[in-house]
Amino acid sequence: MSPELWSYIFIAIAGVFATEIWRWLGVLVGNRLSEDSEAMIWVRCVATALIAAVIAKLILNPTGVLAEVPALIRAGAALSGFAVYILSGQRILAGVAVAVLLISAALAYTA
Amino acid sequence: MPSPDTSPGLYWFLKGSRGIFSLPAMILMGSCAGFAALTLQSGLTRGEAVFMTIGIWALPAQIILTGAMHAGLNIFAAFVAVTFSSIRFMPMLAAFVPEMRTDKTPLWKLILLGHFVAITSWVFSMQHARHVPREWRLTWFAGFAVPLTLANTIIVAVGYGVLSSFPPALSAVLAFMTPVYFMQSMWGSARGMVTRIAFLVGLVVGPALTPVAPQLDIFYAGIGGGTAVYLIDRWRRSRRGTV
Repeated sequence: MSPELWSYIFIAIAGVFATEIWRWLGVLVGNRLSEDSEAMIWVRCVATALIAAVIAKLILNPTGVLAEVPALIRAGAALSGFAVYILSGQRILAGVAVAVLLISAALAYTA
Repeated sequence: MPSPDTSPGLYWFLKGSRGIFSLPAMILMGSCAGFAALTLQSGLTRGEAVFMTIGIWALPAQIILTGAMHAGLNIFAAFVAVTFSSIRFMPMLAAFVPEMRTDKTPLWKLILLGHFVAITSWVFSMQHARHVPREWRLTWFAGFAVPLTLANTIIVAVGYGVLSSFPPALSAVLAFMTPVYFMQSMWGSARGMVTRIAFLVGLVVGPALTPVAPQLDIFYAGIGGGTAVYLIDRWRRSRRGTV
């Protein structure tokens, strides 16, 4: 087999299939749940906690240059943005702008 | 714009497509441009980068696989690393499907469109789907998520080679905007107090578990934290006699 073809098979199995099976399983489970059921409240809690954990991980364990900014400052910038979002009556643009300004300042200072 | 009365399918599809110009879609496009640069640096070909983007359609999994291929990992080790990071899709899709389908939606349609669910499209549709009539929700989702995937695939195809090195400061800001945006939009789309508490619990429990289980921390935080919040809420409701 040519190495080029093998790398596509590699991606198809270790990437596409490895990810897609969880989507399929999720669809099969979700298809059996009704929107107002108890199970649905549980699934929603699990999915929400999970995404929240993903969010925290992206902030606390980043790769690249972002990792050079201390974790406490990254968390502080994200939480400040969140506070602005809440206080501004849920204006995402305002919240994101504040967080980006703070992290840009921190990046400029670190670099 | 077609009218919602004469051609509702097209109307809702195009309405979904407008989402491509939203802030989260823009952030994602920037991140995909960054991915194009990463694949080039890691020695992957343009074709491989494009196949990964459209085939996997989950940036964390794509980045892990790129790293695995760069490091010369065998297929089993790469599969395990990628599949751990993708377990989250199961509860995500399980929560997504009941919101989007009707009693008549065929399973093949859900399986097919389920491929286009990734964090950005998940958060976006959980936030906005309630404003779309139920029978058109999947059409609306398809209008958003399919062009979003295609646009990002094109960005990777065109960006590969052009962006040999993405400016590190820009990629750092983008990498930061992603969680910051999700944090706020998740809060905005959360239904009721229970989901908000589950959100806060996940935010705290996830990082607390990282030293113990660096690969499965997210999964444990979701299952453990989410279940705990659900059980406490259920117990609270049962005391009030509403379960």
